[in-house]
Amino acid sequence: MSLRSPMGKVLGLGTAKKGAAHWWSQRVTSVALLFLTLWFVGSIAGLGDFEYVIVIEWLREPLTAVLLTLLIATTAYHSQLGVQVVVEDYVADKGLKIVTMLLLDFVHVVLAALGIFAVLRIAFGAAA
Amino acid sequence: MKPTDVGAQRPSGPPYTRPLSPFMSYRWQYSNTLSILNRVTGLALSAGLLLLVYWLAAAAYGEQSYARAHAIFAHPLTQVLLVVFSFSFFYHLLNGVRHLAWDAGYGFERKTARLSGWIAFLGGIALTVMLWVSLYVVHLRGAA
Repeated sequence: MSLRSPMGKVLGLGTAKKGAAHWWSQRVTSVALLFLTLWFVGSIAGLGDFEYVIVIEWLREPLTAVLLTLLIATTAYHSQLGVQVVVEDYVADKGLKIVTMLLLDFVHVVLAALGIFAVLRIAFGAAA
Repeated sequence: MKPTDVGAQRPSGPPYTRPLSPFMSYRWQYSNTLSILNRVTGLALSAGLLLLVYWLAAAAYGEQSYARAHAIFAHPLTQVLLVVFSFSFFYHLLNGVRHLAWDAGYGFERKTARLSGWIAFLGGIALTVMLWVSLYVVHLRGAA
């Protein structure tokens, strides 16, 4: 028995077969973020009044740099997955939908790159 | 009459041939409120990522730009925004765990779902208060 709709057969189109991977990625990143963000909030709460010297010292620790890099990358990915669903749900116009999703994709990649570069720059001691 | 019946007639109004979206036929209740709140807080956190990256970039740029960022973050309006972000974070985290439990097949009973919903909502508020009280206490101790 075929589960495809008559319309799907006629048009020769099925699903993009990407739904399960999207769903699964969202769960995997959420589990990772559970740990990463709790570490982050715990660390942030211990930074006192967020003076420059203290923050830089914290960011220079290898563990901080590695975990923060992972946090930024995972957050950006998780956020992109979530925001994509919102756009799919609420933006009806096909052209506008594609443009919005492209823009959001770019914004997320740029944010991740900026954040990770900033962390590594400090960790490797390039920032004064 | 099922909503999906092709050509079915609403009690009043024109005939329709498409199934109705859930929001057209469901009563407003706690479950969909919390579900929407999960989405709204998720979007807020996406915006929060911007602030996090700004903070880190400012630190990487040097002491002066960090001082500017520090002043912006210390502004009362930004502080309010940060409180909203932190509630968004804690609620999205707790409700996310709720979703993961559902994905694993647990917690669907009406009582359990209601209880876990309250835990996510009130827990989010409680953790937000705890975070800001601890930040404020540290701030006061630093000033003294």
